[in-house]
Amino acid sequence: MALQVLEFEFKSEATQTIAKEWSHLGVTGSGDLEVLFEKKDLGGNVKAKVVTPVKGFDAVWEKMIEKFVNDTGVGNISIEINDDNATPIVVYMRLRQALAEATAKEAE
Amino acid sequence: MEYKGITREWDTLKKDAMERAKNAAPYVKEGKIVDAKDTVALLEAVIKPFDKVNIEGNNQKQADFLAKCLCQVDPAKVHDLHMVQSVLTLPEHLDVFEKGIAKKLDMSFSGPQAGRIAQFLQEGKLELGAIHTYLELYGRYFVDLTPRVALVAATMADKKGNLFTGFSTEDTPAIVEATKFRQGIVIAQVNEIVDELPRVDIPGDWVDYVVQSPKPFYIEPLFTRDPALITDAQVLKGMMAIKGIYGEYEVTSLNHGIGFDTAAIELLLPTYGEELGLKGKICRNFILNPHPTLIPAIETGWVESVHCFGGELGMEDYVAARSDIFFVGPDGSMRSNRAFSQTAGHYAIDMFIGGTLQIDPYGNSSTATANRVAGFGGAPNMGCDPKGRRHSSGAWLKCGEEYALNSELWGPVRRGKRLVVQLAETFREKLAPGFVEELDAFALAKNANLSIEPVMIYGDDLTHIITEEGIAYLPKCRNMEERTAAIRGIAGFTEVGMKADPKETKRLRELGIIKTPADLGIDMSRANRSMLAAKNVHDLVVWSKGLYNPPAKFRNW
Repeated sequence: MALQVLEFEFKSEATQTIAKEWSHLGVTGSGDLEVLFEKKDLGGNVKAKVVTPVKGFDAVWEKMIEKFVNDTGVGNISIEINDDNATPIVVYMRLRQALAEATAKEAE
Repeated sequence: MEYKGITREWDTLKKDAMERAKNAAPYVKEGKIVDAKDTVALLEAVIKPFDKVNIEGNNQKQADFLAKCLCQVDPAKVHDLHMVQSVLTLPEHLDVFEKGIAKKLDMSFSGPQAGRIAQFLQEGKLELGAIHTYLELYGRYFVDLTPRVALVAATMADKKGNLFTGFSTEDTPAIVEATKFRQGIVIAQVNEIVDELPRVDIPGDWVDYVVQSPKPFYIEPLFTRDPALITDAQVLKGMMAIKGIYGEYEVTSLNHGIGFDTAAIELLLPTYGEELGLKGKICRNFILNPHPTLIPAIETGWVESVHCFGGELGMEDYVAARSDIFFVGPDGSMRSNRAFSQTAGHYAIDMFIGGTLQIDPYGNSSTATANRVAGFGGAPNMGCDPKGRRHSSGAWLKCGEEYALNSELWGPVRRGKRLVVQLAETFREKLAPGFVEELDAFALAKNANLSIEPVMIYGDDLTHIITEEGIAYLPKCRNMEERTAAIRGIAGFTEVGMKADPKETKRLRELGIIKTPADLGIDMSRANRSMLAAKNVHDLVVWSKGLYNPPAKFRNW
């Protein structure tokens, strides 16, 4: 199946960013996905690149990541997602978990 | 005025049964026993064209040998039968229509054969009476759908025809009682013929013929869910359910639908439920099949009683060893009478919670798809507000008090409301939406020419919807507009959710009509599989102290 690449950019209030320069969470397994966060100076914005086999859900991806950005206020990161048919809630949960992980590392 | 009675014979059914018995006499050996090889001839002798015939097919136990034999009768002798049976699961249940042996069908549930029913309806091979709930169909067995001949399944029989249905009693008592007491004929296939039964579940004089089937009856482990397949999203919804509904209303008596969503809840009771201090306050009395995933909650002392609709493969020894919890006979094995369990599920519990495939903006919920006539079995009996209920309880009264229309519709009378809860993911696997503007039930009604849309749970009975986005507390809504807004507000990025007005959703959150995981104080990053009391089937075996004996397909160690 041909993979699609979707790219988005969101404005963010950038009330927080990640501590680590780079972090990774999850596995691109059936119904799941991997999330990579990279700290980047984007003037507060968030960039996202999604690689997915699923067609016709571009708007859902955009809204889901936008929701994540708005809910968390995270900014200045570049997100890369490699997806294998994850449902929106799985995407959202993995993003939240990835963020928790990337900020928890701060304490170490 | 002079009244004139009619002149007729008043015992034609009995005479007809005697005549059929005479035809069958050559095949009867000792007592009521008929050889397996003579079964087809027996059926041809006792069944007449246009008879109402029941093949015992529950969602677990199947009279599979008798079903196979019915397919082998000569359609020139036996035809145009009207099948009245709760579940169509086996290919033979539909083959009788293909072969012209049967013509009409009244049923409850069809699972794997659902696509063929739709196809046969379109091809005119089958006439569908109605798709019932279990209790509704059992009720009609005693009104206008009484079987003339019933083909049932039991574990054991003796020569006098006494039956032991034991752990898997299910529909047998309801079918046999309706059939026999209206002068019908009862044929039982049994796994074993013995001299002495462990206990008598059906008296021998209610049974006409007993056949020892070449193989034990087929039984499906339908309610076993491997904890290893429970997802983090299901854990999240389970945590929301326990905190936002079970704990909020202090629900003590309930039924769990089939599926991974409720399996997750069962496995969260000893962990998350314990943490919330809810032990003893919720989940004390279940109407439920012996779900293996309930073992950890039982073993940690949450559960006081469980009455079962049917058995579940592998749970026999565990249930027998927990007779304080389950309904166990003097012989030591469980009895599972579905008619009583369904009655309890309709009247005596405070909550039904289960999964669904589609919910519309009105709150109607259905598992029907456009090309499958599947039915819903017992779910609507439990997934409704029983209007005949006259006892009160805490959860029931609280839900009634919250009902925004109570004074308008009930006046000054104090009443309660059954909690009817649907768990839905906004998108399921393959990104199928859980919320739709129009249920597939409408397309099915059109395709299969049904007089009403097959809706599992009607919107006005549904009280709560749980998605990963939040819980909608529907009784608090004052009108349909508010109700629809509440549903849209938790429908995520589905076509239904996209129409949500964020301002209205915010207002509903302030009113407590919608509660998100954050509103409930649930930390989403904790929602993962490590919260489950058992992570796999082997853990369940360990919890059961070796008493649970899972079927081979669930053993991977």
